[in-house]
Amino acid sequence: MERLHWVRHRCRQLLAADSGRGWYSNPNEPPSKAAAVDAGRRSGGKRRTVYARYGPHQTQWEVLTKKYPGNGIRTTKYSLLTFIPVNLFQQFRRVANLYFLFLALLNWVPVVEAFEKEITMIPLVVVLVVIGIKDALEDYRRYLFDKKINNNVARVFCGSQRAYVDRRWEQVRVGDLVRLSCNQIIPADLLLLSSSDPRGVCYIETSNLDGESNLKQRQVVPDANAANANAANAQNSEFCPESFSGRIECENPNEDLARFRGYMERPGGARVGLHQQNLLLRSCRVRNTETVVGIVVYAGHDTKAMMNNSGPRYKRSRLEKRLNTDVLWCVVLLAVMCLTAAVGHGLWLRNLQNPGLQGDPVFQVDGETSPALAGFQVFWTMIIVLQVLIPISLYVSIEIVKLVQIYFIHQDLDLHQQHQDSGVQCRALNITEDLGRVQFLFSDKTGTLTENQMVFRRCSIFGVEYPHRDNALRLQVYESQRGEAPGRPPTLRSVCSRKSLSCRSLSCNRSSVSLHTLTAESEDEDPPETTGAFCSRMAKDVVPDPDLVRKLSWLCWSGSAPPGGGGAQTQTQNQTQTQNQTQNQTQNQTQTQNQTQNQTQTQTQTSSPSSLELSCITDFFLALAVCNSVVVSSPGQPGHAVPEVQPPLRSLEEIRLMFQRLSFPPQIRGSPRGLAGRLFARKTGGLAVTTAEPGAGPEPGAGPDTGNPEDSSIEGPEDQNTEHQRPEDDPDQDNDDDLLYEAESPDEAALVHAARAYGCTLRCRSARSLLVDLPGIGSLAVSLLHVLPFDSNRKRMSVVVRHPLTGEVVVYTKGADSAIMDLAETPKGAEQSDVYNHVRDQTQNHLDTYAREGLRTLCIAKKVLDQDQYESWLKGQVLAESSIENRDELLLESAQRLETELTLLGSTGIVDRLQEDVPETIEALQGAGIRVWVLTGDKQETAVNVANACRLIRPNDQLMTLNCESKDACAALLEQLNLEVQGAENGPRDPVGDAPGPHGDGPGSVLVIDGRTLDWALQDGLQSSFLDLSRRCRAVICCRSTPLQKSQVVRLVRDRLGVLTLAVGDGANDVSMIQVADVGVGISGQEGMQAVMASDFAVSRFRHLRKLVLVHGRWCYHRLANMILYFLYKNVMYVNLLFWYQFFCGFSGSVMINSWVLILFNLAFTSVPPLVFGVLDQDTPAQTLLRVPELYRDLQTSQVYVPSTFWVSVLDAFYQSLVCFFVPYFALAGSDVGDLSFGSPINASALLVILLHQVIMSNTLTWIHGVVLLASAGSYFVFVVLFSRFCRTCSHPTNPLGVETLELARPGFYLIVGLTVVTALLPRFLFRVLHRTLHPSAALRSAQRDEADSERYRRRMQRWNQKHPRTGRVPVCADNPGLEPGLDPGPDQVRS
Amino acid sequence: MMASSYNAKEEDGHISGTSNHGGAGTVKTRKPDNTAFKQQRLPAWQPILTAGTVLPAFFVIGLIFIPIGIGLYVTSNNIKEFEIDYTGVETSNPCYNCAKNFSWNSTTPCNCSMSFTLEQPFESNVYMYYGLSNFYQNHRRYVKSRDDSQLNGDQSSLTNPSKECEPYRTSEGLPIAPCGAIANSLFNDTLELYHIDSNGTRTLVHLVKKGIAWWTDKHVKFRNPGVNSNLTAIFQGTAKPVNWRKPVYELEPLDSENNGFINEDFIVWMRTAALPTFRKLYRIIHKKPNTTPTLPSGKYVLEVTYNYPVLSFDGRKRMILSTISWMGGKNPFLGIAYITVGSICFFLGVVLLIIHHKYDTRSNSADIPN
Repeated sequence: MERLHWVRHRCRQLLAADSGRGWYSNPNEPPSKAAAVDAGRRSGGKRRTVYARYGPHQTQWEVLTKKYPGNGIRTTKYSLLTFIPVNLFQQFRRVANLYFLFLALLNWVPVVEAFEKEITMIPLVVVLVVIGIKDALEDYRRYLFDKKINNNVARVFCGSQRAYVDRRWEQVRVGDLVRLSCNQIIPADLLLLSSSDPRGVCYIETSNLDGESNLKQRQVVPDANAANANAANAQNSEFCPESFSGRIECENPNEDLARFRGYMERPGGARVGLHQQNLLLRSCRVRNTETVVGIVVYAGHDTKAMMNNSGPRYKRSRLEKRLNTDVLWCVVLLAVMCLTAAVGHGLWLRNLQNPGLQGDPVFQVDGETSPALAGFQVFWTMIIVLQVLIPISLYVSIEIVKLVQIYFIHQDLDLHQQHQDSGVQCRALNITEDLGRVQFLFSDKTGTLTENQMVFRRCSIFGVEYPHRDNALRLQVYESQRGEAPGRPPTLRSVCSRKSLSCRSLSCNRSSVSLHTLTAESEDEDPPETTGAFCSRMAKDVVPDPDLVRKLSWLCWSGSAPPGGGGAQTQTQNQTQTQNQTQNQTQNQTQTQNQTQNQTQTQTQTSSPSSLELSCITDFFLALAVCNSVVVSSPGQPGHAVPEVQPPLRSLEEIRLMFQRLSFPPQIRGSPRGLAGRLFARKTGGLAVTTAEPGAGPEPGAGPDTGNPEDSSIEGPEDQNTEHQRPEDDPDQDNDDDLLYEAESPDEAALVHAARAYGCTLRCRSARSLLVDLPGIGSLAVSLLHVLPFDSNRKRMSVVVRHPLTGEVVVYTKGADSAIMDLAETPKGAEQSDVYNHVRDQTQNHLDTYAREGLRTLCIAKKVLDQDQYESWLKGQVLAESSIENRDELLLESAQRLETELTLLGSTGIVDRLQEDVPETIEALQGAGIRVWVLTGDKQETAVNVANACRLIRPNDQLMTLNCESKDACAALLEQLNLEVQGAENGPRDPVGDAPGPHGDGPGSVLVIDGRTLDWALQDGLQSSFLDLSRRCRAVICCRSTPLQKSQVVRLVRDRLGVLTLAVGDGANDVSMIQVADVGVGISGQEGMQAVMASDFAVSRFRHLRKLVLVHGRWCYHRLANMILYFLYKNVMYVNLLFWYQFFCGFSGSVMINSWVLILFNLAFTSVPPLVFGVLDQDTPAQTLLRVPELYRDLQTSQVYVPSTFWVSVLDAFYQSLVCFFVPYFALAGSDVGDLSFGSPINASALLVILLHQVIMSNTLTWIHGVVLLASAGSYFVFVVLFSRFCRTCSHPTNPLGVETLELARPGFYLIVGLTVVTALLPRFLFRVLHRTLHPSAALRSAQRDEADSERYRRRMQRWNQKHPRTGRVPVCADNPGLEPGLDPGPDQVRS
Repeated sequence: MMASSYNAKEEDGHISGTSNHGGAGTVKTRKPDNTAFKQQRLPAWQPILTAGTVLPAFFVIGLIFIPIGIGLYVTSNNIKEFEIDYTGVETSNPCYNCAKNFSWNSTTPCNCSMSFTLEQPFESNVYMYYGLSNFYQNHRRYVKSRDDSQLNGDQSSLTNPSKECEPYRTSEGLPIAPCGAIANSLFNDTLELYHIDSNGTRTLVHLVKKGIAWWTDKHVKFRNPGVNSNLTAIFQGTAKPVNWRKPVYELEPLDSENNGFINEDFIVWMRTAALPTFRKLYRIIHKKPNTTPTLPSGKYVLEVTYNYPVLSFDGRKRMILSTISWMGGKNPFLGIAYITVGSICFFLGVVLLIIHHKYDTRSNSADIPN
């Protein structure tokens, strides 16, 4: 299907009338700009009012809504009747066709007519017919698709039948009420009015739209049912379609998928704000919800899905730009030649009309024309005669060649990723050759260099670091398993199999394959398994840190004093109620009890948590579990939606009491209960913790615990196995493992899994509340007041919840450390401000440590709001939410208002492993002379560390850090560093211009710059010195950069240095960068498809870049460049033959070659060889290119297609045409040769010269070359012989009858052709021989080596590699197995 | 376009959602085929053009070309050729008066005779050409000005000639046959050759008119219209070309096989020359059956009926007598060129040999780029 897509894209581009690919048309405006303007105009314009079709407002519907377009779509361009005129019109909007048409029309003017009228029509007709057929097929296919789509069936409410009836999609109108059930595709943009889900939510999967397979939650319009005039008890009653009487006002259709604004007015006049959360988008799929009902607001082409269907992007490759200038040179050449002929004819004519001579010459047909006029006429005639010089067919040839090149790239096995079964995908189809000239590579870090499989690694809470050593070991195990993929320990497999079974059932149930989720256990399973997004096994199984478990266990003890499972809680309530009355007392007690606790614990534990710390830990995990947008689904449940909270909601009062009790020191400390306790107990074997005493009193969890067979198979971490943690072992919650988290980002999933490992399990999520298990407490419903989603400006997200235990309104914020640390303050009125300061400092230290290890850090903070604060903020928020016009800005402002004065809870470190072969790839790319820049949003230390790990920074590199507080400081520092680098350059090494040493053996400089400084560096004044500096550096690492900065950097480098840039990224934050770069590569990773959608090429792994750039890029460039040069050469060479003849026919525009042969020479006889040349030629074998990346530099330095090579080609063409013309001329001059007999050897030798020229230029010749070359020559001779045999009176001025048959029987013919061919090819041949002998390029040398001693060479390279050890990774990997590059097999490392 | 791709995607979802998931075994992988063509590993011959590898080619070319060249040169030199200019530009020229007083319409033919001496006897068949200089028979407008259908005997074209023939399409309301500028400017000098033997007697050299045109032209391309041989009747209602003295059916009234459009002189003229200086075959002097040379050495007289004007374009008229060989007429160029190119190749071969010994070994010991 993919292939079909690109073929169709390709075709479309080929055919698109307004694609602007003509050689003198302006480059296309980026379509987005126009679209943006359009959108702006629209959004400012009128609104759309929608009434229900069969509701009480049926009359209004008739008036208003009926005018809106229906849901049928028509993407075809033509109908049966209009095809020919419209298609012709479209085609003649192309410059090339206009040129043909112009020539054809010119030929109709009698005085300038050069050929028969039909003959000049041939190229035009051929092009028109070919493209017309393609267009027709294309359109027919579109028509079939449309028909199929339009005939899909949806259940639509029908007023007359008072029921939902089946309607075809195209019959659906705006205002119709549509009922959809699970897994159905949404037929139009619907406003969600009712859902079978009691919480009024609905899940949709948008993979048809943006490729993201995680579920997105949509919300029923609040009180939609209240809009039903007669439905009193709105919430519970079935939605009543007949009486829906709301009036919906929304903005006019636009293509912004993430925006929908409007309001619904109820009969009473009350308005409900509508936003994107209420909109079901066309072509998405309903999931996890049994039935939903929605009203159509946008139908057919108005839907956001359809409006987003813009065509593929058209990028102009540099080669094409180069080509266009050369084509312009061809135009100039043509003009010069025609002018020469015109002037020559004028002079010749004047000479002839010399009054000294008597009378008119007998051969002059028209003696009256003045020389000037005749010269003018000849000018136009010559344009027709020499038309081939303008290589219009070259453009078609290039299209074809690129098509095949892309086909080959698609077919490359090495670029195919086994696990995902996805290969490379070429989306922009006309810049393949730009891959061959990349000079700067800008890479995102996360998901591009790394796996983007976030795994919780360690955390720091309340200033205490929990190293999670076992977790590290576990990660190492995964690492080693990846190294030895097939041989997986059987124990692990048994553990997995249960998982994968559940996964399989799940994926069947969901009936969709989310292609971009890569699960660890699927690696060697067949067929590939899929689970929800970001829930790989590695991420799921976090091994808790014993210290933290111990501390958490305090919580459990305090939380589950009384025996008995469910009854315990009620009893607890009783207890806490009593304590409630002595609230003040208890608070006072806390401190003292804490102390006693400390004292009592000193024998068993080194430290015991203070109540503050304990509540911090609780909050921390609660925040991890709550502060996210993770959607929970569980395959065990019928609708996939986790049912409503099972235990009845506790009253606020009860919860508050419970929480207060938490502050008490544990009374029964010997009996660990609940999850944490059991966890702890399980750990004892491996961790030598002795706290676990036999429980006093009955243990509720004991029975199921021992009774669970799986748990008995647990082995210690020394066995390099992961435990299968089962946080909850309640028998009635057996489906616990099947909880499936679908997160928008992998970090979120990792954190939720981490929280779950500590027993803090997110069980269920609805729009209003979350169900969270807390260790020792059980399920709690946390009412969710607001979610302030993540955005890249704030770099954080927040949730506002009512705390389940205290009842306070609490804001949990999670975000980048820079964002949080600045906002974190000591809570007002807190006595222990020094404690908080200490926590801050410690956490900062830990953050730095994490970052140095290459971990991704996130900070967690909270803020308690009192009711007044909350109320006042709420007002602003509601206002912001309900505003239609500048809602986004208001929301941002409101969020910023809330996220202040945060209390820091702790931080997390998340591991993201490097992808396999990343260091090798980067090394190869650098070896190829490509500067690699890393642009990341991560912390500086993280970025540097990852750069180390992937060998972007080598051990003896000079690291220059650019962190400044002000612009002036930045300028000064830049200046200083510039001097430093210059000094270093001039000192030990020879100044080699701006390029660092070829293979970078000498110490290079690496610039590290952070986001804020980058802002200054990108400003006007500092741009040039920043560029100066970065140009001297081997690598540049930009940390903390925003998406906008990323694109600014790319644009700066691209424009100011004038180099060819490649940007690679995987996420939405890389989209702008990918779009700005000359070549954008998207990695179809974990973060949806936005990057891929924006990219020109999509690969699945970073390492694929190596072959894509080094081999395919080079090949494509070489092939295309050589083909273009050859094509131009061919045209110039052939056309010149005709030009030389003008000197002997009075510049009259006469030709000595039959006009059919003349036209077909380019169109048929010599059209295929350049294609084969452009498709199959390999200047260097792939292996050599991969092995010796230095070869890539040839392209950057001595480029194949530069003005000099073009002019050399043209000169060669001139020489060859001179030989081809004048050898026959001198051999036949003065004889009785007729004009066609004279042209015959010229044409034959020109053909042979052109074909053999290609043989000389080719680097490889296969049987295909042979066949094509022979067929080309053969077809020519067969054609001319047949033509000269049977063409009795045809082809008027140049009737070929008998010419060729006679010529081919003449020995002189062969003598002339032989001499001509040898003489014409001699210089090019000699040049090539001498060039290769005297200046053997690296490419050739390696090719020779290939033949001579490939084995010896391989060994030498190996030795060489060993001499240059890959020391870069050492600092990272000692402690952090996750960053170990995947190539080196792990076992010995794990053992050590 | 994109719209349909989205549709396709949607449809994709349909398929995978309904059918594909049922049977996991039927899941088709998108893995490309591992074939030599698709993986671009076709066995290929890499022409490595270095001095060492192409050395033999140069020597071989040299060794082939030089003998060919010598052969051609010798052959060309063996061809005998005699040329005489009878334009009459110089006052000393016997045809001076005829040239001066030329008029297309003059009814009295102007005759002049040129005498010349052949130093050497001409063996074998001798071809008699007339040569014109500065005559642009390849001028675009001139070349076009003919009607091939008419010449091929097409009746309708006879009465209604092609527009291409303008302005020689009609004359006084009648269609011209043969129409067009080429036909109109038919070379109409008559040349006769007399041998003057040692005792002063003039013997007419027998000039053969037939066999001078291409076989295909004579039998395929040019045909007289109509079936009956009465050309006069057929050409009734047509006019003769403006410059002609007699109509086309009187070109060779005695020989119906050489009259009308299939008159060989006419056919030869109609095959336009490639270059402004050209010769056209006029007559053939067949070799005599006995051993005496076709044209023995001695004095000859060329009797010219001077009809054709060339002074208007500064042209020249010549009469050429030539024997021919297997490779055509006398032209030393090919032989010399072959010898030159062959020598150059040989020389280059030697140069490459030196280069090869000096440089080619270097690349073998090339070090790894560092």
